[in-house]
Amino acid sequence: MDIVINISSGLCLFVGSFLCLCGGVGMLRFPDFYTRMHAAGVTDTLGSAMILIGLMIISTGFLVFIKLVMILLLGILIGPTTSHVLAKAALHNGLEPLLGHQEEADNKETTSSNP
Amino acid sequence: MLMGLFNHWVVIALMMIGLYIVIAHGNLIKKIVGLTLFQTSVFIFYISMAKVNGGTAPILADDITQYSNPLPHVLILTAIVVGIATTALALSLVVRIKETYGSIEEENIQHQDNQSLEQSNSKKASTAPKDSKQENQA
Amino acid sequence: MINIVILTLLVVIAIAIIRMKDLFAVVMLLGIYGLLSASFFVAMDAVDVAFTEAAVGAGISTLLMLVVISMTGRREITTRHKPLSALLVVAITGFLLIYGTLDMPYFGAADAPIHGHVAPRYINDSMQEIGVPNIVTSVLASYRAFDTFGEVVVIFTAGIGVLALLSVARRPEDPEQITVINDSMHKQHLVIRIVVKILIPFILLFALYVQFHGDFGPGGGFQAGVIFAAAIILYTMLFGLSTARTVINQSFIRLTAAIGVLVYGSVGLATLLSGGNFFDYDVLVNDPIAGQHLGILFIELGVGCTVAAVMIIIFFSFAARREIQLNNKNKESSSC
Repeated sequence: MDIVINISSGLCLFVGSFLCLCGGVGMLRFPDFYTRMHAAGVTDTLGSAMILIGLMIISTGFLVFIKLVMILLLGILIGPTTSHVLAKAALHNGLEPLLGHQEEADNKETTSSNP
Repeated sequence: MLMGLFNHWVVIALMMIGLYIVIAHGNLIKKIVGLTLFQTSVFIFYISMAKVNGGTAPILADDITQYSNPLPHVLILTAIVVGIATTALALSLVVRIKETYGSIEEENIQHQDNQSLEQSNSKKASTAPKDSKQENQA
Repeated sequence: MINIVILTLLVVIAIAIIRMKDLFAVVMLLGIYGLLSASFFVAMDAVDVAFTEAAVGAGISTLLMLVVISMTGRREITTRHKPLSALLVVAITGFLLIYGTLDMPYFGAADAPIHGHVAPRYINDSMQEIGVPNIVTSVLASYRAFDTFGEVVVIFTAGIGVLALLSVARRPEDPEQITVINDSMHKQHLVIRIVVKILIPFILLFALYVQFHGDFGPGGGFQAGVIFAAAIILYTMLFGLSTARTVINQSFIRLTAAIGVLVYGSVGLATLLSGGNFFDYDVLVNDPIAGQHLGILFIELGVGCTVAAVMIIIFFSFAARREIQLNNKNKESSSC
């Protein structure tokens, strides 16, 4: 039983760290503001959620468990809101997303964001 | 020795970076940022001095024997909040300077001060001969 | 070890702050610097300090600087001359300081001079004399209460200074016009307004929890005041300054700042009148431990009130000044 708990917690922590690392790599490699924001959102929501679930599995007392649950709920509420507000602010101020079609990409090269 | 004194040397590096920003950059807000950098590096210095190997946070619990030193924690806790209050005061001064001078670059402000000083000096010089003429007539 | 990694990252961020010319990016980097310092403080077992640094350095400080940048301009003009003399001064001072640290005790040594004298007395005797598990709170609020009094007065003075520099006399606003502005902005900020309406009661509740739980865990008046002010500032940012002014009366906030300092001072006065020393809580009630608890409760309340009120005052002053500036600019551009 002990070993099951330890392994599952370690797996969750590992997946969470891997997702955070993916978010970091995505921030550097994605071409556009909106795609980069998606990468940051992955870190914020799923990465931290997996890490918190991993910590919840090996939590030592009921109070610690409840506090971690509350942090998880807060993170799930705030993360997507932050991404939404960022995207809305960028669109409102005229930052156009980089679209996929070739002639539209050529048209948008003059007005799209610079990395 | 490097491992033992690494914290202190990094703190000195951060302090010197903050000092360099205050001295060398002309923008007033950049100077305030440098001051904040300096301040936080001093906090890091105190807190890293308080750490004891094998100790934990200074909150009393039954099964812990070794605690980290709580005295620097107390000093730095109040210092952080006082630091933000004084930074807010400095920022309000910057806002007033921008309204008066129209710019927050040190060179522009110095230039405008020198110009107004020259104008007030030339005004004094132009009124002084008039006074001496009146004295001669009277 | 973790502190080596965090400290190296801090140096990298500091060098990046030197090189950046865009002040918005500099302020964001300063926020990251504050958050990394908070993680460093956790690694150094300083949980109270980490709490305060995360709330203040990564929260309020970034916010105030952003408000000021929106008023004063976003780019830094590059200097034309090379700052060689500044580099020389900094290098010489740095080398002298490094030479000064060569005979300092190593990091983490348990026999360093700093751990003698007063600290063992605080750690060993705090439970019998004061009865509060959090040693930092007992030192801050009881052993060194006089220092903390001075700090609270300094915070109050800074609040008065900001008021003196930035307050503007304004006409009372039409409540109908306020609701008109509010409704027209509602659709634009719909999602975040709903989410924040759900969140603000919990943030305020958390601030109260931190205030009164400071005896048993990390917390206390300073952190609670900052978190309370952060909730109010969040409301103000999203619903507009005029709506926030009708919700939170300005004169009441100023009164609260003064009352916090007065409560703190009157606890000391009460101990003097009861026959003990200044801030000697043993004489407040019959039982010394209960007296200590009562005294700590009241002064933490005073600290929390003053810190929250001063942070709110500072933010409202900056926001009001910015509003006046934007109105003047609109009037000029519409008249030209």
